[in-house]
Amino acid sequence: MNTKVLGVIAFVLMLITCYLIFVVAPIESTMGIVQKIFYFHVPNAILSYMAAILLGFASIMFLATSNQKWDRYGSVSAELGVLFTTTAIVSGMIWGKPAWGKYWVSWDVRLNLELVLLLTLVAYLMLRAYLPNQEKRATLSCVFGLLALLNIPFNYLSIYLLPTQHPKPVVSPGGGGIDPGMKPAFYLSLLTWLVLFAYLFIKRLAVARLQEEVEYLEHRVRNA
Amino acid sequence: MKSLRAILFKDIAVEWRNKEAISSMFMFGVLTMVIFNYTVDPTGFDRSELSPGVLWVAFTFAGVIGLNRSLNMEIDNECLQGLLLAPLTRGDLYLGKVASNFVFMMTAELLIIPPFVILNNLPIDSRILGIVGVAILGTLGFVSVGTILSMIAAQTRMKEVILAILQIPLTVPVILMAVKSTGMIIANETAGISSRLAVLGAFTIVYLTASYLLFDYVVEE
Repeated sequence: MNTKVLGVIAFVLMLITCYLIFVVAPIESTMGIVQKIFYFHVPNAILSYMAAILLGFASIMFLATSNQKWDRYGSVSAELGVLFTTTAIVSGMIWGKPAWGKYWVSWDVRLNLELVLLLTLVAYLMLRAYLPNQEKRATLSCVFGLLALLNIPFNYLSIYLLPTQHPKPVVSPGGGGIDPGMKPAFYLSLLTWLVLFAYLFIKRLAVARLQEEVEYLEHRVRNA
Repeated sequence: MKSLRAILFKDIAVEWRNKEAISSMFMFGVLTMVIFNYTVDPTGFDRSELSPGVLWVAFTFAGVIGLNRSLNMEIDNECLQGLLLAPLTRGDLYLGKVASNFVFMMTAELLIIPPFVILNNLPIDSRILGIVGVAILGTLGFVSVGTILSMIAAQTRMKEVILAILQIPLTVPVILMAVKSTGMIIANETAGISSRLAVLGAFTIVYLTASYLLFDYVVEE
């Protein structure tokens, strides 16, 4: 599919989502209008973990096949991961101020682990930047990507063993569930962000491919 | 097993002669705790609630220093080249380095614990053994990741800096669980400590296995 079409779909879906969120969905009884952030925050948080899992998967595939394509997928996933962890954290902080009275709860394990995820992804990108040789960069950063993937289950376990005041995830098993009136807005929002993620992923992948080509040509010119 | 012992004794022999790694880790750990003495206002709350965190901050930074040291030792005189030529598998090389890193970090930690107990006015009783036990488990998890990451960092342009950046986010689960367990031991409330220790153990097993398998990719020519 043409990526432009995907971009237009993402834009139209975003408009419909905003309409559903701000006009159709009921206002939450205790938190009021502030709860609307939930429709942005939760999909962003889900996508941030999806990006990390994609990074780990791409790393495994690269180590197994040595196909450069997978390394590219990994680096693009990591970049999108940085974007979506940041939006998840910032939207959470905007919600936290009126709901908890402060932007950050320093002892809350769930908040800090999202931050740790962000720092891990930034560390991955820094490692790439410090490795000049392309082949070495691909192998070593994929090893780190795989080690980072293994960290996710441990982080997830810690959430249940350590104190947190973050609301229980409403859409996961054992969560509180959401009001039927809020469901269309929430699920459409999730779909919209997913489409936007795919759009950004494909766009960025094309740029990464060009970058690699330039790097290769530079290398050839220098050795000519 | 034989190759593992050879690497361990080689590193111990080098350390025995220059005594650089353990002394720098010890000094760094103690200095970290001293800074905490100044930065935290002693009035208003119970020191014992803060002390497990201080201890593990000291351990973490001392550990990163130790890993950097063990890495530079191999790179300085191209010892790594020699190790790669030696008749042993990459996995054995990894396990050997884990063993020597563990021994050095653990020794430094055993030296850091007495000043920690004194600086925080903790009672000298059997709880110290519990703190040591948690330190053993936590350190094993820490070096299992740290050894492979130090080999990755060795091949970049900014060795020392990048190791800390890679190491600390990945060892957050270890630090979290170790601090919590140490706190429970100090407060004498050990109900539920086993699940924390189980996470520590599981972390170590997962990362030891994964790194053992991945080490081939990291040190290939």
